[in-house]
Formats: sequence, C-alpha cells, structure tokens
Amino acid sequence: MEAAIVPHPKDTNATILLMGLRRSGKSSICKVVFHNMQPLDTLYLESTSKPTNEQFSSLIDLSVMELPGQLNYFEPNYDSERLFSSVGALVYVIDSQDEYLNALTNLSMIIDFAYRVNPKINIEVLIHKVDGLSEDYRMDAQQDIMQRTGDELLDLGLEGVSVSFYLTSIFDHSVYEAFSRIVQRLIPELPSLEHMLDNLVQHSSIDKVFLFDVNSKIYVATDSSPVDIQTYEVCAEFIDITIDLDDLYIENDQSNNKNGVRGAGESKELRSVSHLSSGSTLYLKQMIRGLALVALIRNEGFNDTAADSEKSLTIIEYNVDLFKQALMKMWTPK
Amino acid sequence: MSQSSRKKLLLMGRSGSGKSSMRSIIFSNYSAFDTRRLGATVDVELSHLRFLGNMSLTLWDCGGQDVFMENYFTNQKDHIFKMVQVLIHVFDVESKSINKDIEIFVKSLTNLQKYSPDAKIFVLLHKMDLVQIDKRQELFTIMMDKLQKISNPYHFKLIGFPTSIWDESLYKAWSQIVCSLIPNINLFNSNIIKFNSILDAEEIILFEKTTFLVISSTASIKQQQQQQQKKVSNGKADKEETEELDPKRFEKISNIIKTYKQSISKLRTNFNNLIIRGSNGTTFYLDILTENMFIMVVLKKKEEMLNGASVEQNEESLVLDNIKAARKWFEKIENSK
Repeated sequence: MEAAIVPHPKDTNATILLMGLRRSGKSSICKVVFHNMQPLDTLYLESTSKPTNEQFSSLIDLSVMELPGQLNYFEPNYDSERLFSSVGALVYVIDSQDEYLNALTNLSMIIDFAYRVNPKINIEVLIHKVDGLSEDYRMDAQQDIMQRTGDELLDLGLEGVSVSFYLTSIFDHSVYEAFSRIVQRLIPELPSLEHMLDNLVQHSSIDKVFLFDVNSKIYVATDSSPVDIQTYEVCAEFIDITIDLDDLYIENDQSNNKNGVRGAGESKELRSVSHLSSGSTLYLKQMIRGLALVALIRNEGFNDTAADSEKSLTIIEYNVDLFKQALMKMWTPK
Repeated sequence: MSQSSRKKLLLMGRSGSGKSSMRSIIFSNYSAFDTRRLGATVDVELSHLRFLGNMSLTLWDCGGQDVFMENYFTNQKDHIFKMVQVLIHVFDVESKSINKDIEIFVKSLTNLQKYSPDAKIFVLLHKMDLVQIDKRQELFTIMMDKLQKISNPYHFKLIGFPTSIWDESLYKAWSQIVCSLIPNINLFNSNIIKFNSILDAEEIILFEKTTFLVISSTASIKQQQQQQQKKVSNGKADKEETEELDPKRFEKISNIIKTYKQSISKLRTNFNNLIIRGSNGTTFYLDILTENMFIMVVLKKKEEMLNGASVEQNEESLVLDNIKAARKWFEKIENSK
C-alpha cells in the first residue's frame, strides 16, 4: 500500500532525492530554487505529507523527489530499496539552528542503507538555515557535523563513502550554489562542457563564464577558474533583469504561444549586453534547452574606445556562436 | 530664479505610516526588506537631494508621533509650513484611528492655507499590500472622495495614489510628484517626440539618474495629447495602440533597473549602457543621456528588416550614435535654467 505512493522515477541518473527530518526546510528549498518563490513566503508552506516528484527539463532531465520528514523508511512494506537504487543523488537537509544530533543519527542510518543498495549514489549534506548563525559559529557547526558524521560512518564500517557538505540558506545565493554543484555531478558530459567553456574563456578575454539554467538560476557548468560568489550573484540577477524587461514588451496575444518555449523555432534568441563603468561588460546569450550563457568580459588594455570594445564583442559573439553549435551537436536528439 | 529652484517638500503622516521607508527606498537605495531596520524619526529629518542637476529638493521628513505633531502645529508652525511647494501626506490604510489621521491632515491643510497657499497636495494611501486585491480600488475611491470633501473648504485639489513599498506603485506616485516640480517639462517632451520620430521607435522613456524615477515618456505624452484632442474636437475615439502593453511598465522598469544597479554595485561599479535584443524582435537600449538622465529606447523590428544578422549589428551602433547625437540637445535644455 505504502509503496504505491512513491512515483516511478524514469531517468535513473538524474533523480535527486531530498530528505531530512521534519521542519528542516526541504519544501522551502524546492520552492525557492525551482519555483522562484520569495524566501519569506515559504514561512506559510504546509507540512509535506506525501512524497512529491517534480520534473525539470534542462540540459539533463532532472527530477527532484521530496520525501516527507516524518516518514519511516524502514517499515517493511515500504519499498526503500527500489527507491534508493534509482536515484543519482541523495540530498540530506540538516537544520543548523536546531539540535542536530537526532538528524545525524538519522543521516547515518540512511547512508548505511542507501549505500548498500546503490554504491554509486552521491551523498550531499546541506547544513541549512545558516543565515541565523554568526560567521564564526558556522564554521564550528560545519566542523562538528562533519566530525560526527565521519565517526558514525566509521562505526558502521563505511569509511569509503564520500559525503559532501554545504552551508546553505534560502535568503542568499548559497543554496543555488550548492544545488549547482549537486546537479553538475549528475551531468555525465560535464568535463567536456567545462573544457569547451575553458576554450571559450581563453580565446575571448572573458573573466568568468557561466552556463545557467534560466528558470532555476542553477549553473550547470562554468570555466575552471574559481567561482566568486559575487560574480555569480550578479550574473544570476542579470538573467532576471533581461527576462523581466523583455517580458514587459511582449504583447498579450502573442504571450500564449511564447510561454514555455522561449526561443524555440522562429523567435529570436535573447541577447543582452551591458557595459559597466569599470570597463567590463556583462554579456548574456540564450543557448539551447532553456540555458543561457552569461559572461563577465574584462576590458582589454587602456585604449578603451567604443570601436575597440565593439570589435572584441564581435569576436566573442563569433566564439559564443561556435560554442552554441557545439552544444547543439552534443545534445541533438538521436 | 535660483531661489525657486530650491523646493521644499513636506512628508507628513501619523507615526508608523511608512514615511521614512518611502524616502529610504526612493532616495537612498534601500530595498523594501531593509526598511524594517528603520527606527522612529525624531522630530524633523531634513534631506537635501539634487534632482536633474540644478533642481534641489529639500525633503522634510516629519516624525509622526503625537508629541512632535503637536509641536509642528503650535510652536514651529511658521517654520514648518512656510514656503512649502509640496505636501505629501501619508495615510496608513491599516490605521485604527482614521478620525485622528484626518484631524491631523486638516490641521496641516489649515496651516498650509495660511503660510503657503500655492502648495500642491499629494495624498498617498500607503501599505496597500495589506488590503485584498479586489477591495483596493474601492477603498481608494472611498477614501479619496472623503479626503477631497474635507479639503474643499481650503481650495486645495488633491492628487492621490495607492502605494506599497512591495511593488512598483511607490515609483509611480513619486515619479508624478517629482515631475510636477520640473519647470521645463514641455521642452523635454517636445524633444523626445522629435527624437522618437527620427528613430521610429516604439517608445522612448526618460529616467532621472539617481532615483530612476520616470521623467517623461512618449506614451504618456501621446496620451495627454489625445485627451486634449478629445476635449477640443470630441472626435473619434480610436483605440490607443500602446494599451496592449502593460500600463504599469514604467514603474516596473524603474524597479528592474534599480535592482540591476544594486546588483552590479557588488562588483563595485555602475553601468553605462544596456542593450537587450529580445526574443521577439524588440530591442532595448538603455544609455546615459545627460549627466542626470538615462534614456531608454524601445525599438520594434519591422517585418521587412528581419533578414540577416549583419544588419542588426549595424543598427545597434546606429541607434547608439543617434543617442549620442541627441545628447547635446537634452544637455542644452537641462542647462538652460
């Protein structure tokens, strides 16, 4: 009976399982990241009673399954085995503002079970709601949680399992950053994507480039230079601004067939360029499958004339077009 | 001349009605969320703001607690109510004691009539987000009727706005308030109409640089002209083309661009221009026009021009050059005062 309510995940690689104790903030994360809900509105979310499953089609077809916190996974009639064998990543949410010892015990039990069923599973732990903790205390909490989890796993004889930890909060961009990393692990083509982006960066005087999923602001890939959280935020917000402005001037009668399939078929791709007074340039171009490429382009040299920047932009434009063609080649439907 | 370019704005209302929050959002780049940190205003807080270069606004943010209020109407009344250009009175829609609110409004009207009878009065019904959507318009009409009736004996014409810090209604209200103070607005208007005909643009909007309040737009000018024509000839009521577009778009643009400005301030910089080629043939150009103004040009792609990417590239630099050429005209108007 119980097992019937768990939906069948179709794609075995790209399912993310969101777990955690009750009130740890799973539904809020889901709503904020994938539904653009305002963080403050998540206060009014009801407690989740059934496992929910959501499909997102981006570069990969992602599905996020959220399990209610109060579920007992080890009831004999609950088909946990099938569940764990079919997911690519297990995300466990720990409320860092609450007493977390209980959660840690629960976590190690789940890891124990999941790992035995599916040794290839990625285990990710979100140390959540860190917005309420002071800067020093965050580090302490993370240290403590990592230490204790390590000990518990050692006791269970699972020292080979690698667990990644993230400090997250829905009130800043850390949760997007964490999810970006989590999703990236599920994309088998990631190394070649990164290589392509590195190539682009080398030949186009770009400081930093992200490949964003437009709806969720998760970046599916970036070049190999370290991610600066501020650059990420600016780039993510640049997408919002571009889309918001563009939407204002779409007439009502056209908006029906525009929704959902933006940029598909005849309509033109979205492109936006902004010159900053520091000399850098923000550049956005729509790619395939609801993706957008956002780059921060630095100014080259001191002769900062308009004609020069126009020229370098043309080169970048050309390179980005090549990149897009490569993307299309990799993801053509077979 | 130099004296009249100094404008005095009174911002009044009962305590907790949101006066300082408004000021902080419009003039100090606060986000709506940040205003929670604001404490009560003690007595009068003066802020000097430069707007459009040579227009300087002095905003008198008057703390609304009863102790201070009493003081304004007794000891300080000639100090407070002299030489006032604009009174902005804020009403909290959630207020429990409306009679008290109105009583204070009447008191300030009485004083204004005595000390500066030419003042313009704006009434803001604030915190509208707390009212259910379907009841907002009704509540607003009732309240405005009532207030207009009260102020009739004082020969003031009220202009009212429903506002909330959580949406773009605040920008709409303040944009109109500030525009009513710009002396040579007609010159600006006639020049953007001319510029619009040169570019054959869908629409052109002028923004003030620091606050991003809308100064003027081709759509609003056309609307005014149509209304005037209707009054004169009572002619055929042909449907306005721009009605299909979102009527709140100006405020939304203000809001979006301000968010953008805040966002890139994380990179410790500001932006010079922004060009967006939209998904259905619309192109946006946002560029600096003068020292104090930004211009936004919206171009619709015409059917016959849809061929070839090389044309687009050229067109972009063409429009930018046009904006550059327009700069000197607008600078002339700005410095003409």
